[in-house]
Amino acid sequence: MPRGYGVKTVFLWSVCLALSLGAARVPADGVFDQYRDLMGDDNPAVFVIDEGEELWFTAQGPKSATLEACDLGLGSGVTAGAYVRFPRYFADTNEVMDVEARLVHCMTTIQGRDLESVTAKPYSLRGDLGTEIEALVTWLAAESEGETIAPEQTHAAEREMYVLGEEIFFYRAGPHDFSCATCHEQSEMRIRLQSLPDLTSHAGAANAWGSWPAYRISQGLVRTMGWRMRDCFRQQRWPELQMGSTTSIALQTYMAVNAAGGVMSAPGLKR
Amino acid sequence: MAGRIKIRAQKKGDITEVKALMRHPMETGMRKDEAGEAIPAHFITEVAVFHGDQTVMQGHWGAAVSANPFLGVRFEGGEPGDTVRVTWEDNQGGTGEGQTTIR
Repeated sequence: MPRGYGVKTVFLWSVCLALSLGAARVPADGVFDQYRDLMGDDNPAVFVIDEGEELWFTAQGPKSATLEACDLGLGSGVTAGAYVRFPRYFADTNEVMDVEARLVHCMTTIQGRDLESVTAKPYSLRGDLGTEIEALVTWLAAESEGETIAPEQTHAAEREMYVLGEEIFFYRAGPHDFSCATCHEQSEMRIRLQSLPDLTSHAGAANAWGSWPAYRISQGLVRTMGWRMRDCFRQQRWPELQMGSTTSIALQTYMAVNAAGGVMSAPGLKR
Repeated sequence: MAGRIKIRAQKKGDITEVKALMRHPMETGMRKDEAGEAIPAHFITEVAVFHGDQTVMQGHWGAAVSANPFLGVRFEGGEPGDTVRVTWEDNQGGTGEGQTTIR
């Protein structure tokens, strides 16, 4: 290091150090709270937000169209505040959709892209720097930052989706006889060092729904709520949860409605 | 999209605090992909912080630094409006650069 330039202190830290911060002293989720304090507003998700915004305005597919004509429920191309109203019913498809399913719908209709190729790899694998869906969802969530979580529950199909989601949430299955509720029905419990939210309560659901998509420090990637659901299925040793499937949307509806009234603060920063 | 750097530089008292967030996969070369193939090493090897033309910090980095690394540096002598620049080079010949002005 060159001398005489008045360097007072130099410090760099890597997310790998998160583990070493975990030494005793701090309560339950305190390790990650501490980490979040250290990082402040410097969430690497900011890159993904930019990438998502660029993708929205990039012409793609056989029709060489951008996604600006995509109706997320508030009118064509309206992105601000759209995320917090999901999952919601869309008359044009006659379905309740989550953000990911809606994006796929817009990519296949407006851009004319092939459904199989669009849904082939929705979530990043090891070594990836992010997928198109992840980037778009992250940007859309950021477009709702600070908004009140208010999923639509006016259409009968939306209310049915909530009831179905609740049923799946408590449904025990798989080789471990697990339900979602097995891990997410009590508050102030943890698995290893991670606090597990009680998703049947408003507070737990609001905190969870409002903080995804999130940058996962351990993976170096932004993950979406759709991914979070799929990974819970994997941990339960259930069949792979498909992006945009009724099961995924039902569970998200259950959580989002329980979270209604909470504040959207995604993208979050997580372990 | 690698190559991007988000930088903030703020003067607090005599000290200028620089915070830089870099977009980089920082692959160690030790991981395997889903197919079992090794993911090639790809990480930042040199990083530097400049205040105007002066080098404030130089660092040699390696595979132990996390993906999308975050760098914090404090130095004396900066004034609001001065330019702060951060650069990196990686083991595959890639480079990244970003700059900001001190607030």
